[in-house]
Amino acid sequence: MIDPHKIREDFPILKRKVNGNPLIYFDNAATSQKPIQVIEAIIDFYENHNANVHRAVHTLSQEATELYEAAHEETAQFINAEGMEEIIFVRGTTEAINLVAYAWGLRNLRREDEIAVSLMEHHSNIVPWEMIAGITKATVKYAEVNDDGTLNYESFENLISKKTKIVSLSHVSNVTGVVNDVKRVVKLAHENGAIAIIDGAQSVPHMPVDVKELEADFLAFSGHKMLGPTGIGALYGKKDVLKGMAPFHGGGEMIKEVQFSPKTRRCEISWNVLPWKFEAGTPNIGGAVGLTEAVRYLKRIGIGNVRAHEEKLTKYAISRMEECEKIRIFGTRDTSVKSGIVPFGVDGLSSHDVALYLDNYGIMVRSGFHCAQPLHELFKLSSTARASFYIYNTREEIDRFIDILKEISRF
Amino acid sequence: MASVQDYVARTEGTCGKEQDVIVTFKFDKKDEAVKKILAKATIKKSVAGIVFELAFKNFSFRLYGSGKAIFRDLRDKEELNHLLSELLQ
Repeated sequence: MIDPHKIREDFPILKRKVNGNPLIYFDNAATSQKPIQVIEAIIDFYENHNANVHRAVHTLSQEATELYEAAHEETAQFINAEGMEEIIFVRGTTEAINLVAYAWGLRNLRREDEIAVSLMEHHSNIVPWEMIAGITKATVKYAEVNDDGTLNYESFENLISKKTKIVSLSHVSNVTGVVNDVKRVVKLAHENGAIAIIDGAQSVPHMPVDVKELEADFLAFSGHKMLGPTGIGALYGKKDVLKGMAPFHGGGEMIKEVQFSPKTRRCEISWNVLPWKFEAGTPNIGGAVGLTEAVRYLKRIGIGNVRAHEEKLTKYAISRMEECEKIRIFGTRDTSVKSGIVPFGVDGLSSHDVALYLDNYGIMVRSGFHCAQPLHELFKLSSTARASFYIYNTREEIDRFIDILKEISRF
Repeated sequence: MASVQDYVARTEGTCGKEQDVIVTFKFDKKDEAVKKILAKATIKKSVAGIVFELAFKNFSFRLYGSGKAIFRDLRDKEELNHLLSELLQ
């Protein structure tokens, strides 16, 4: 079990005050806070080991390379991938999905082909597909969402056909926290000859995710939502699929050879091995070092314990919110199928008013579309406030949150 | 005479269908800004001295004690600047 009070000691930022009040951070779906272990690892890297990675014989470069490769290994183990060949470091989930869209989609999609997503997706799992569809003349198809925010599987099943080449679905909705049965959708994709991509931005930091069990071809996630620094994330890809793909970016590091032929006056290029083939240029080494520590931190706690803690907190938060007549909770309240994300509204107030009022008391929640405008439009919501929990949040914080919500309900 | 720039740290359109604008006052000027605005506008409602629903000319907006304000139904940035300059005079 998690003791959030003990965990909080590792997070320097949680000691600060905002507007004279102790900070209550409920915006974890946007980004998580960082433990001292992650902060110190990054400082240690820059103070003691900083150098560029690969293809240098000096000591610092070798140390940096070892740290960078260890980050791939640690991340691979965390999601039960085969090894570091299957882990490509990127800036975050958005870049990971774009990588698949451009490196796989652009080369394999043709007119008449279809890409299947759902209406609950984050913009990062919509926009790259619409962009690629615009170039290839393929079509993006959207599966419906039920009134309680859960995925309409029947709609998804009806959507997928032999024309479908790509199925891309969020594991957990960043608005409602609904956990999708991605395994079922992956199976459906494979039965129809499509590749399956999982947006794991809201699942990998919060619950056990095993890529072998899910059998997806790709899994995208961000380091900064799982205690790591910003600017680093990962794309898991099945080795065989990655091997068959051409690179996304071109430059140094991702090539084996660039040979100039005086005869043709052109360069002949051969790609580096996995995963470097997809990591052009100097990577975010410091970020990767931070991510390693973040993963180690989550492993020590146990990702199953993270899920259990959040489920308990979410159940408690929902039950307390239900005390207030003027508070509306959007989406399902069944915590067995949702993560620690609670979208809500207060009658008569915009989500921004609610967020500003809470901010006055040092409580951080997000307001707006949360980069999921189609889902808000589907539910005819102009915007929502969103509280999202993590390992360091406590019941006492939820009590305080409810007290303030009750106060603003009087407005 | 003080200008809007003396008081305002940033203005940002909200995310959502509302298209509201949030004005954040500079930390060292926020108390002065709140005081000036409260003196100029009419208080229609308030909760715990934290949030004030205000009316000024044909506009209604909400002001927070933390030094932020949320404006609605504004035509453009120019209109916001004009309104702020009158409120902060």
